[in-house]
Amino acid sequence: MPPVTTTATAGTAALADATASDAALRRYLHGLPGVDAVGLEARAATLGTRSIKTTSKAYAIDLAISMIDLTTLEGADTAGKVRSLCAKGAHPDPTDRETPSVAAICVYPDMAGIAAEAVRGTGIKVASVATAFPAGRAALPVKLADTRDAVAAGADEVDMVIDRGAFLSGHYLQVFEEIRAVKEACAREKGEDARLKVIFETGELSTYDNIRRVSWLAMMAGADFIKTSTGKVAVNATPANTLLLMEAVRDYRAATGTQIGVKPAGGIRTSKDAIKYLVMVNETLGEDWLSGRWFRFGASSLLNDLLMQRQKLRTGRYSGPDYVTVD
Amino acid sequence: MSESAAKKKSAGTSGPGGTGKPGKSGKTGRPGKTAVKSADSAGRSGAAAVAGAEQGASGGAPRLSVLKTYKLFVGGKFPRSESGRVYEVTDSKGGWLANAPLSSRKDARDAVSAARKAFGGWSGATAYNRGQVLYRVAEMLEGRREQFAAEVADAEGRTPAAAAAQVDAAIDRWVWYAGWSDKVAQIAGSANPVAGPYFNLSTPEPTGVVAVLAPQESSLLGLVSVVAPAIATGNTVVVVTSERSPLPALSLAEVLATSDVPGGVVNVLSGRAAELGPPLASHQDVNAIDLAGAQGELAVELEIAAADNLKRVRRPAPVDWTADPGTDRMLGFLETKTVWHPTGALGAAGSAY
Repeated sequence: MPPVTTTATAGTAALADATASDAALRRYLHGLPGVDAVGLEARAATLGTRSIKTTSKAYAIDLAISMIDLTTLEGADTAGKVRSLCAKGAHPDPTDRETPSVAAICVYPDMAGIAAEAVRGTGIKVASVATAFPAGRAALPVKLADTRDAVAAGADEVDMVIDRGAFLSGHYLQVFEEIRAVKEACAREKGEDARLKVIFETGELSTYDNIRRVSWLAMMAGADFIKTSTGKVAVNATPANTLLLMEAVRDYRAATGTQIGVKPAGGIRTSKDAIKYLVMVNETLGEDWLSGRWFRFGASSLLNDLLMQRQKLRTGRYSGPDYVTVD
Repeated sequence: MSESAAKKKSAGTSGPGGTGKPGKSGKTGRPGKTAVKSADSAGRSGAAAVAGAEQGASGGAPRLSVLKTYKLFVGGKFPRSESGRVYEVTDSKGGWLANAPLSSRKDARDAVSAARKAFGGWSGATAYNRGQVLYRVAEMLEGRREQFAAEVADAEGRTPAAAAAQVDAAIDRWVWYAGWSDKVAQIAGSANPVAGPYFNLSTPEPTGVVAVLAPQESSLLGLVSVVAPAIATGNTVVVVTSERSPLPALSLAEVLATSDVPGGVVNVLSGRAAELGPPLASHQDVNAIDLAGAQGELAVELEIAAADNLKRVRRPAPVDWTADPGTDRMLGFLETKTVWHPTGALGAAGSAY
């Protein structure tokens, strides 16, 4: 457990001290307790064994749909594809208008404007990746320009990637300052600021200890959401690394009173997987996080599986891929 | 009492059917199982008889025979039933043979997903290649004739000679359909004369995922006779074995797994037709259903459920599985695709095509 203080303000002050210099930040992050890898994986696996059936399952499926960041991040994306994805996000199952819409559409910055246009009036957010996604290998001014572009085009949320190279080299303050700078670039003069999701690319961070450290680093730097992965590397969201993020978020709220969202992304393809994550949210974070504002799935094919499960519950017959769209 | 003593005693005194029933785990009750085997197989050259002889010959510690855990065959893998259930399979005289998985509707769903996943590759393979693979199945089966003859004899209560004849017929059936694989287009397709400058070609295409309720009485030959024609043309299959005698079919899965048949092309489920039939018949991602193993009211119920997504349905009918199979079952699970193609310069030159 990180140092949980009695009052939120005291915790905030302690964290402010921790970010005063590179040395202080390093001391703080390396002072976080080490992760019990076996315990973490066992806990994540145990939470995956709950049996969720009938009405609970129906509730979980609808909740999961409403938490999806429906994503298309391909080099081959076209305006047409983004528009059709937006239409699908608004009414995922045309045969049943009761189906909830997804939380957001996640696209590359150049598609943010098209997506914003397409989702207008539906309540769906537009999330845009930025900062030279997915590698993050660009100079800071380029990353900031990328972010401002996305915000100007109408992105409600920005998914940034951290500089894993800097983090792994131990340049924590550099990563911290970069997140800060991107956060500032998310500001809007008129209207709400874009919410900042910080992607760690956990598959590249090697250890659970690193994942815990980067979680705290990002939250202290002003992330509104912390997110596991880009979906572009071999290891994406796993139950264990997502649980680790959730624990960090839970402890951060205990320390500072600030609530941060969590977004596992990549590799979540089935309803069963999604429901396991929801169980984990409920057991680790509680009901405060059980909404699309505080928990998201970064996924593309998950939605179709949820829809097929939903059709099965509704009709009693197993559905098939002929009854959902091909994305 | 040592195991060998237990075997000899029960073999001598209680005989088949009179021995203890095993527990659900399939790992208990070994003496009961082996007793049945050795009593039953006396005078027949089977694996069990050989195992019995070994004990006497070695003279040392008696060898414990290794019992087989029969498992399902789904997507090229051998899983247990998702439900964890098994049921006792007996020979024709009521003696325990083995525990077979009692599949649930979720196993059926998983099998359909596996079959759907395999469909693109299998239907896209060349007909020649499919024929080669089916022929390979026959080759592999030929090498295990004796095992299958023993299993069929146990399952159906046939004499060793009659069981061997069934296995031979099953092997020949694979060869029959292997040969048909790249010839079916010639009899089910055509070049149609049309009143215009077009080539007009009709070609047969596989229907898709075919659910098959295998015949109840003919555990191996019947099953091969309904599965082979469906996959020969490029369909993928989910087959529910005979309920009472699933073991030859479950062993056949091992043959398929080692015969270049891609995983998921044939998926074998053992269990109750009445339990697995309805989810398969109503499944929206199953394109056809063969009700060979469904009888009476169940067949009617399944046919109604299948109407929902306009599945092709093959009704149950009495069939002599040993007779010449013809092409009927193969042609039943095909769709016709007709292509119009401009003849271009050929048409301009006044040719009929």
